[in-house]
Amino acid sequence: MKIRIKFTKTGHLRFIGHLDVMRYFQKLMRRANVDIRYSEGFSPHQIMSFAQPLGVGDTSEGEYVDIEVLSSGCSEEMIRCLNEKSCPEIQIKNYVRILDETRRSNAMSCVAAADYQILFQKEKPAEEILSSLFSQESILVLRKTKTKEMVADIRPLILDWALKPEGLFVRLATGSAANCKPDALMDAYDALRGLTPQKFAYHFHRLEMYAKKEEQWVPLYQLGETLTPEMLTERVAE
Amino acid sequence: MRKLALKDEILLSIQQPARYIGGEVNMCMKNKEDIQIRFCMCFPDVYEIGMSHLGIQILYDMFNRWEDVWCERVYSPWPDLDALLRREKIPLFALESQEPVKNFDFLGITIQYEMCYTNILQILDLSGIPLMANERTEDEPIVIGGGPCVYNPEPLAPFFDLFYIGEGETQYEAMLALYRKNRAAGGSRRDFLQSCAALPGIYVPSLYETAYQEDGTIASFQPVEEGIPQKIRKEIVTNLSETYYPDRPLVPLMQITQDRVVLEIQRGCIRGCRFCQAGQIYRPVRERSLSFLKRQAIQMLDSSGCEEISLSSLSSSDYSKLPELVTFLIEETARRHVNISLPSLRIDAFSLDVMNKVQDVKKSSLTFAPEAGTQRMRNVINKGLTEEEILYGAGQAFRGGWNKVKLYFMLGQPTETDEDVAGIAALAQRIAEEYYEIPKEQRNGKCQITVSTSFFVPKPFTPFQWAPMNTAEEFLRKAYLVKDSIRTQKNQKSLRYHYHAADVTILEGVLARGDRRIAPVIRRAYEKGCLFDAWDEHFDNEKWMKAFQEEGVDIAFYNTRQRSTDEILPWDFIDCGVSKEFLKKEYEKALAGIVTPDCRTQCNGCGAAVFGGGVCFENKN
Repeated sequence: MKIRIKFTKTGHLRFIGHLDVMRYFQKLMRRANVDIRYSEGFSPHQIMSFAQPLGVGDTSEGEYVDIEVLSSGCSEEMIRCLNEKSCPEIQIKNYVRILDETRRSNAMSCVAAADYQILFQKEKPAEEILSSLFSQESILVLRKTKTKEMVADIRPLILDWALKPEGLFVRLATGSAANCKPDALMDAYDALRGLTPQKFAYHFHRLEMYAKKEEQWVPLYQLGETLTPEMLTERVAE
Repeated sequence: MRKLALKDEILLSIQQPARYIGGEVNMCMKNKEDIQIRFCMCFPDVYEIGMSHLGIQILYDMFNRWEDVWCERVYSPWPDLDALLRREKIPLFALESQEPVKNFDFLGITIQYEMCYTNILQILDLSGIPLMANERTEDEPIVIGGGPCVYNPEPLAPFFDLFYIGEGETQYEAMLALYRKNRAAGGSRRDFLQSCAALPGIYVPSLYETAYQEDGTIASFQPVEEGIPQKIRKEIVTNLSETYYPDRPLVPLMQITQDRVVLEIQRGCIRGCRFCQAGQIYRPVRERSLSFLKRQAIQMLDSSGCEEISLSSLSSSDYSKLPELVTFLIEETARRHVNISLPSLRIDAFSLDVMNKVQDVKKSSLTFAPEAGTQRMRNVINKGLTEEEILYGAGQAFRGGWNKVKLYFMLGQPTETDEDVAGIAALAQRIAEEYYEIPKEQRNGKCQITVSTSFFVPKPFTPFQWAPMNTAEEFLRKAYLVKDSIRTQKNQKSLRYHYHAADVTILEGVLARGDRRIAPVIRRAYEKGCLFDAWDEHFDNEKWMKAFQEEGVDIAFYNTRQRSTDEILPWDFIDCGVSKEFLKKEYEKALAGIVTPDCRTQCNGCGAAVFGGGVCFENKN
């Protein structure tokens, strides 16, 4: 049975990297006694795959991991059980069953966009500069990979934006097909203000991750179904 | 939410910020208002090393069971953060509350190896606590040292208020009671330290004085006041099955050196190898009961979710219920998809069978520690492992599908000749031959015998405490001799050789058998920038040598001098149970090449029976 878990990463846990989050979940599965499936072979490991890693220092209330289990309690019970054994900074929000058991349905493969709340740590957002930034037809940024540098246009990757008293809200293309990190966006904002990238000036908080389904943005957890106690009794009856 | 001591700007600009944020699973948070005594426990090395240490987990759990005590932790900041703390004038803080260490009542530092001594000064310095105990005021924490190195605390004496000699489970309750009482009575720091001197196992260095003879040896070591004990006997837990042990170990948020549940099955060792300090100072051997270990294993696996469980002891094969314990663990861990690690097992039919069960098909290497290359030399050091046993064990392992063997030796032990040194290569060769005797079609390719040598450092409370140590030149000459001898062996292509740097060993020798006159050298080395001396990339021998020179301290006096057995040794005031008479006798037997049987075969009257428990009283109801 394929299960999708949505979780938070907040507080001091924002300082641990993606590999440490993976190890955290491996231990959490054992502490919470989740009947997770292990791979076959010489060194069996838990079947577990995460969507889009979060940057070290960023927080989130919309992280995803898919796991495979041999048996499961209902969603409510599993969430309670996992949260009891987890720290307050990583809490499980949703626990749903994914019916499509192919690789294509993995959180990692189907994520296409993410919402971020960007908090301005040092100075107030310059509304006019933001407006003119987003009204540009193209926003060129320098992208560095390990081996080369290239200029990329991130404007098509910015799907939506809104400036509110609580910060700048953006929806960015995310995933293997097209990906824009929020810091690239803010670097462009700084450049438009005539500044070099301002380190530590912005805090990025991920709100949700989406897949595209019939031209609609659907939060990843909505692709699954909540396991109810009734469904579990039915399964036993089968 | 906990407020962190370091700003995001700092945490995001250093390596591994998770070292400094606390918040691990099973961390203990308490309400400051309910707390009378705040204790900060320190392992003076980087987080990944310190968090792998069982002792701190045991004491952390013990302290935090007491309602009005809150025990927190601190580890050495890595040089990147060290520089930032100094530049930004941020005081060193404990992980739980993120509050300055300086505000605590106690700072307890575990001292596991000599090469962490400069890190101790770093901890004090960054905390804003004066390095010298006699410069500390009423507001500063009481600084306590513990762990194996305090069996010769003298090189560190001026930096500590107290040393706790022996196992931590027994005297802290009484010490904290004295602290509460002293505070209620409005007593001073000195009043408290004086009252502690009456506790078993507690050494207050400021209450003792050393006088020296013209030749530099100790003339006398005496308390400066009436009523202060002349001798301090180490503390031990007599019944290890009715004592503190964590049910819910701390689970780090980052990868640490040994990320696993540790099950300490016994303390002490029956073997009595003459170079080994642990084998003497932890006497007598005391086992934990099978039911205790089963219960702890289950609780710790449940509460941590760790992927591995490891047995811990000086010699696991000597635990009397080992087959039962291992059978239980194999069942329990298979169900949970948890690995078992079984270090310090003697290679025999039983252990090979167990390893076959717990290891996957990719067979890892087998480890033997003959410690010396010839039988003569192994008799000198009382390593009760014969060539026959090694060859038999290796042969069994090779037939069982293993083809990698690791061999550990020590160079520079008393009476060692070039013949003994070359014997190391010869032994490795005979093990290789054992492999190639197996018909080709039954072998698994080539075999790989890895020989590692370390350099011998005589340690206090061992029969070799009087012995001269080799110089760096002698050590290296012997290492090259091993290297050359290996090259001349028939199967040299199957043999590999590793040896360590010699200069760090020389320093370890001075710190291990030094006296109070070494303290200024340590301080000077620290002030020159020495830190993380146990880390090759940080160890700076030149700075250390300059520190010795500037303080006018002669390394040869501490390392290469033959000590007389009548000499007053800096650690003579400590009673570890094993008598000096016994050690002298063992030293004489060593020089004569006579072996001493292990404690279960025959009691040799070492003196540890004085503790009234353990192996000394087995089968003597």
